[in-house]
Amino acid sequence: MRNARAAARSQPVAVGRRLAVTLTAFTVLTLLVCLIAPLAGSTPVHLSRVFDRAIPFAENVDAQVFFIARLPRVVAAAIVGSGLALSGVVFQALLRNPLASPDTLGVSAGASLGAVIAITFHADVAFAGISAIPLAGFAGSVGALGIVYALASARRRGTPGTVLLLAGIAISALLAAVGRFVQYFADFTDTFRSVQWLMGSLDVGGYAPIVASLVPLAVALAGFATLPRVLDLLSIGPESAATRGVDTVRAERIALVSASLSTGAAVALGGPVLFVGIIVPHIVRLIVGPEHRLVLPASALFGASFLVVCDLVARTILAPVELPVGIITAVLGGPFFLWLLFRTVL
Amino acid sequence: MLPLAGPRAAAPPGARLALGAQGQAPVQRPLRIVSLIPATTEMLFAMGAGDRVVAVGSYDHFPPEVERLPRVGALLDPNVERILSIKPDLVVLYGTQTELQTELSRAGIPFFSYALGSLTDIAVTIRSLGARVGAPGADAVADRIEQQIADIRTRVSGRSRPSTLLVFGREPGSLRNIDASAGTGFLHDMLLAAGGADALADIRRQSVMMSTEMVLARAPEVIIEVRSAGDAAAAPSDLRAWDTLAAVPAVKARRVYLLVGDEFVIPGPRAVLATERLARTLHPDAFR
Repeated sequence: MRNARAAARSQPVAVGRRLAVTLTAFTVLTLLVCLIAPLAGSTPVHLSRVFDRAIPFAENVDAQVFFIARLPRVVAAAIVGSGLALSGVVFQALLRNPLASPDTLGVSAGASLGAVIAITFHADVAFAGISAIPLAGFAGSVGALGIVYALASARRRGTPGTVLLLAGIAISALLAAVGRFVQYFADFTDTFRSVQWLMGSLDVGGYAPIVASLVPLAVALAGFATLPRVLDLLSIGPESAATRGVDTVRAERIALVSASLSTGAAVALGGPVLFVGIIVPHIVRLIVGPEHRLVLPASALFGASFLVVCDLVARTILAPVELPVGIITAVLGGPFFLWLLFRTVL
Repeated sequence: MLPLAGPRAAAPPGARLALGAQGQAPVQRPLRIVSLIPATTEMLFAMGAGDRVVAVGSYDHFPPEVERLPRVGALLDPNVERILSIKPDLVVLYGTQTELQTELSRAGIPFFSYALGSLTDIAVTIRSLGARVGAPGADAVADRIEQQIADIRTRVSGRSRPSTLLVFGREPGSLRNIDASAGTGFLHDMLLAAGGADALADIRRQSVMMSTEMVLARAPEVIIEVRSAGDAAAAPSDLRAWDTLAAVPAVKARRVYLLVGDEFVIPGPRAVLATERLARTLHPDAFR
């Protein structure tokens, strides 16, 4: 609290310089990670062969591994990581609760339910190169957040963080139960496929789903860009924010819509990778402080790097068998966060 | 009528199935058999004990006569009440259904424990199940299955074995979450009997989730997708998803196939049919 107040009052010039330095550092980190990750993997790939134009693409296994298997995967991981991290930051600020994340507001549960229904009823629609299951996941996550927001804003005086959080938890539980109900009546193959989808997979194998996910993500980013100052003030309290002229209702609406779009896009692309939205904002805040002008872009960049690294570990550590990326995010993220926390406290 | 010591004496020495885990000692020829497993249901009918089967599992659909029998659940959800109310004198169940076994023992109902195994285990199971239920036709059925599989092996012998990827599941419309058979299990055994080589032979797992990178690295010469008959997501048009991996030899040579049928997912008497279909796909010239 105190830090946020101090941050809100700090000198513009100093903050501007810190912003530039921090963002440059994170950008460099992300670029390095994204450049190195496609080169590493369970199959040895020779960079010279990858870019050798003399070999026709259809014969060039190295190039195919690089451009079809690995590069889309790294890009997808970056998009999913930044989307989930950004929405985590926004939810935590909005709800003034460090445990808030896309998962606690029912967004992931909605995505899971959508996907489970699409799998069980063998939905056969495709749109812009995306198949039914990710589309249903996207619709589910956006729908879930819509329900939560509608419930919470039934109160006329705006939506205090607790009400939103409680509504989210209730809807999460309900949607998860409905999902299990649907799975129970599915046959064994469909249940197995649902379970696999729920573990998350960044192996997109092509660029069409990535391009499709950029559309809602771009809208979300536009929304997030208007938020840093507002989130700083909302973190102190909605009354303080209101006295400074912030239209809290409108700000909440923008924040929630943007966060649900970015989560929906991320989940549609890679499945519900659960740990990223709650851990990355905290790690970033431990490094750069609480000011959202720094935290928002830094979280996007760090979230991207984090998930790219986790995916790299997931696909190499037990090669040739691949682990679901969600296991690695939990195993890496948790201890790292503990280490950072105790480093600053001790 | 089999003597009291019959079942154990009749079973081949190498039988891996837990004949010891049969609940009560078998006393007489069972007349009311409940089978929770599609494979054992088919085996019972094939060996001539079908008239004594009084209830089947949720996923049993062959032979067609089972459709009019009551259903009592399956691996995950056996309906104990229904099973008890049917008053069986033998229940064929999975070895892992320990709770059901406890309840049946308490009720004094004998059971026969089944474990999923390899292709050769099918004949072994038929013989031991046949001995257990007193079906004299069982040995002949087992012999016939072994002979037919040996015949297929002979037909395709001497031909080069194409490196084959055997896929039994994936997300429809894309190449995500590819489930492939690797190294062990009855799908792998059928592939070998049909004259193929397993592209994932060194992995030694019944199933493995494949990434696109693995498919590109393993470069199989043939890709065969198998699906159960009830899998509504199985359509030949879905095979187009493999076209994104154009460098894979199987895709280049257009040797990507879809085989649909319950015989691929049920390790029972129809495994012979499945093996033959695999052999025809891999070596069509051997069957002209």
